[in-house]
Amino acid sequence: MMSIFKKLVLPAALAAFMSGTGVASAVTEIQWWHAMGGTNGERVNKIAEDFNATQSDFKVVPTFKGNYTETMTAAIAAFRAKKHPHIVQVFEVGTATMMAAKGAVYPVEQMMNDAGEPFDKSVYLPAVISYYQTSDGQLLSMPFNSSTPVLWYNKDALDKAGVAKVPETWPEMKAASEKLVAAGYKCGFSFGWQSWVMVENFSAWHNIPMGTEENGFKSTKTDFEFNNDTVKAHMKNLQDWQKGNLFIYGGRRGDSLPMFTNGECGMWMNSSAYYGSIKSQAKFNFGQSMMPYYPNVIDKPQNSIIGGATLWVLRGKPDEEYKGVAKFMTYLSSPEVQAWWHQETGYVPITTPAYELSKKQGFYDSNPGTDTAIKQLSLNTPTPNSRGIRFGNFVQIRDIINEEMEAIWSGAKTPAQGMDDAVKRGDVLLRKFEEANGS
Amino acid sequence: MVENRPLLTLFSHIMLILGVAVIALPIWIMFVAASHPDIRMTQVPLPILPGGYFFENLDIALNRGLSGQSGQGVAHMMVNSLIMAMMIAVGKIAISLLSAFAIVYFRFPFRMFFFWMIFVTLMLPVEVRILPTYEVVANLGMLDTYWGLSIPLIASATATFMFRQVFLTIPDEMLEAARIDGAGPMRFFWDILIPMSRTNIAALFVILFIYGWNQYLWPLLITSEPQMYTVVMGIKQMLEAAEQAPEWNVIMMTALLAMLPPICVVIFMQSLFVKGLTETEK
Amino acid sequence: MLKNVHFGPSVLPFLLVLPQIAVTLVFFIWPASQALYQSVLLEDAFGLKTEFVWFRNFEELFSDPHYWSSFEITVVFSFLVAFLAMSFALVLALLADRVIKGSGTYRTLLIWPYAVAPVTAGALWVFMFNPTLGIVAYALSALGYEWNHQLNGGEAMALVVMASAWKQVAYNFLFFLAGLQSIPKSLIEAAAIDGAGPGRRTIDIILPLLSPTTFFLLVINIVFAFFETFGVIHAVTAGGPAGATNILVYKVFNDGFVGLDLGGSAAQSVILMIIVIGLTVVQFKYIEKKVSY
Repeated sequence: MMSIFKKLVLPAALAAFMSGTGVASAVTEIQWWHAMGGTNGERVNKIAEDFNATQSDFKVVPTFKGNYTETMTAAIAAFRAKKHPHIVQVFEVGTATMMAAKGAVYPVEQMMNDAGEPFDKSVYLPAVISYYQTSDGQLLSMPFNSSTPVLWYNKDALDKAGVAKVPETWPEMKAASEKLVAAGYKCGFSFGWQSWVMVENFSAWHNIPMGTEENGFKSTKTDFEFNNDTVKAHMKNLQDWQKGNLFIYGGRRGDSLPMFTNGECGMWMNSSAYYGSIKSQAKFNFGQSMMPYYPNVIDKPQNSIIGGATLWVLRGKPDEEYKGVAKFMTYLSSPEVQAWWHQETGYVPITTPAYELSKKQGFYDSNPGTDTAIKQLSLNTPTPNSRGIRFGNFVQIRDIINEEMEAIWSGAKTPAQGMDDAVKRGDVLLRKFEEANGS
Repeated sequence: MVENRPLLTLFSHIMLILGVAVIALPIWIMFVAASHPDIRMTQVPLPILPGGYFFENLDIALNRGLSGQSGQGVAHMMVNSLIMAMMIAVGKIAISLLSAFAIVYFRFPFRMFFFWMIFVTLMLPVEVRILPTYEVVANLGMLDTYWGLSIPLIASATATFMFRQVFLTIPDEMLEAARIDGAGPMRFFWDILIPMSRTNIAALFVILFIYGWNQYLWPLLITSEPQMYTVVMGIKQMLEAAEQAPEWNVIMMTALLAMLPPICVVIFMQSLFVKGLTETEK
Repeated sequence: MLKNVHFGPSVLPFLLVLPQIAVTLVFFIWPASQALYQSVLLEDAFGLKTEFVWFRNFEELFSDPHYWSSFEITVVFSFLVAFLAMSFALVLALLADRVIKGSGTYRTLLIWPYAVAPVTAGALWVFMFNPTLGIVAYALSALGYEWNHQLNGGEAMALVVMASAWKQVAYNFLFFLAGLQSIPKSLIEAAAIDGAGPGRRTIDIILPLLSPTTFFLLVINIVFAFFETFGVIHAVTAGGPAGATNILVYKVFNDGFVGLDLGGSAAQSVILMIIVIGLTVVQFKYIEKKVSY
């Protein structure tokens, strides 16, 4: 009752004064907006609580703000109104937007230095942090939950269908899918987050550029080039494989997960972070292995790129408070916290010590396959094509790519036409972004 | 009935029951989903009969909420929803009655100007102007308050429009009689207009309560303290946990709980609601 | 418009309209004018750089075929929702009007979906039709039809139409039933004496007498489908697949809130506002005529 009274009456009374007078207290609160619902949200809360217990000057307050886009937009809207949190979790496609907002974003590396917090960048895995660095190597945001697409397979189904070896190439995928369908399964494979898996990662994996200017890392003048013959040929294959149900499309995000966990599709390509869900739902032996590749395009696959989200620090708070933010970042990337987070969630550990610690703890021995993601990410030294992507307005562009891919799956467009249209529509948004943000 | 045709009447009943069944099917499925453990809800085929986990799920939804959301149970969110819906309904009815009264019963400068200013706000949903509205609310320091949750949603003319229609149908003699009795404008308003619009107020209350209760995007944007979350917004958030399968059992239980108050309002106020609506519009 | 008999000028009417005018100014006119201003700007998401671009956002919109297709989709969607919700409600109302006993019970049993939040309704329907898990999709699959609204635009449209219409049936049913019950029984009896059976009477007498109600409901339903179905779309399809259910209101939200294209989204808001004001004036004229004839 009291709190209701406070909420109702105080604002009205304060409206006359209109000064955001917070009650001064000994503990400085650090606001952290995140997009981790469900069990992962509980883990986020635990990290914050554990950090708060380690010291008494700062209190990290995590707030769940909806899905990735809702969290990002809420933070941006809050920034415009000067009510923003210290830390916001932004998914990887928002990177270019955040990065371009130079007055709003406090680069993590710079913040750590300003706050006098020791920061050794060399312990972070190159494949993880390369996505979030400026061209001169400054780290902009702190990787938090990183994952990469892997090939999930239903071991029992493959055995039953007589597939002796988990497919490593796309031709093998096709053969295995044919056997699965012949053995009575509804489909061979499906996938989610299709733009990320089948365009962005597909390109990196085959070491071909998705756009000019080193995938946008060098400048905002970038143009898309994922309407190349390799991608088109791949789309053509997928479209063809819908016949006979070698491939069935099941939605943009993780919507197709039940197809895999219910044993309808024998294979599924999506984030390694679905480990927890699959483990609790699948009633069969499953495993994960590296994504397939086309041997006629590349002899050996390059490396995959990450997805997931990083923590961005927003400007406009007192220096004192950034000390707390810096301390929290250090805590967050400590080997113990990272190893725990990695083993619990299926996200990739962001530092080498955390990886080593997980090895030492015997995690990969008792859970074979769980290091697939990290192996795949660090398979080779990233090239300009496989370091990551940095395109402005990419949230919208990803929607466009999704739309065009759906048009291909439904047969409304040919693969060539779909990819050409996606590039054309995407370029318009890139130009718009360049104009609004380019320096 | 005009003539007695028992077969036709029987047929009508059967068809009506079928119609009710079609309408109720989604709720049955919701109820069934809310009575099974979460793992069962990921396995095909889904159950069509209730399971034995209803009270477990109820306990989870009420007291814990979906894991990791905020640690807030739904019970708390329901209180917030109730306050928000009541503030919207009562607030909007109050300001609309007053302004409709002024516009219908007074001649004063800028009357038409005010009239049109109010009426351009008709129907434009808050979703399409959500970001600028957010900035206004933030600048007024109303984030994370019940005022911020409700007042921006009051800015719409539907209720004013309706009361205006109601007042126009009230015979002029009423006012003349009141004047002869020496009643001033406010006396007339309280003693004549309000009682005469009782059913319309009730109908509008139902509509606005439901409207307010069902908001979700606005609360999502302007609340960042878990103790201010509302329940419908909670449902939407549960649907989209990153890289996890939705926990359908808890979601459906929450949806079931979230539907109860507005359904009760509709059902218990249905005769007033129907009368209030159909009498003005027809 | 104004009562023939009214109160004289004083400060009172100003005080009476003040609360509503204040709320309207602060929470509608102010944000709406900001939207108007944003619609001629090119701006980054954080509002750090702003450039005045005249009407370019509008030009881009009008030259974008996807915007026009969103218009088409909105119209198709609105009419489908109105048609489905109204015809279903009319049939039920005709039946309920026949059975004198129990029509109140049927009303109670049919009325409550009106109270369900659009986003909840959406979640419910998408749950029933989930291609793998959904119970209806499962039944369809057993009948040999593979439902996949995530791929098939027509099925996606059907799903959002069903979910929206489901919510609206109750409201239409109430009005139709009230309309039917206000038809003088003597008329029907007269027709019955002339030998017209129930079917004939419905077509010749009842439906024509219901036409004002029908017209009113048509307007209400189309407005509902235009503006109030946002939550359904958001929960069911998010505008997909391939933009097949991207109605105007959803597109404004998606471009602005998700895509952070503030200028383009604001331009769409402005166009929507113009449509709304136009609709308001039309509706206003129509109802005005009805009342003050």
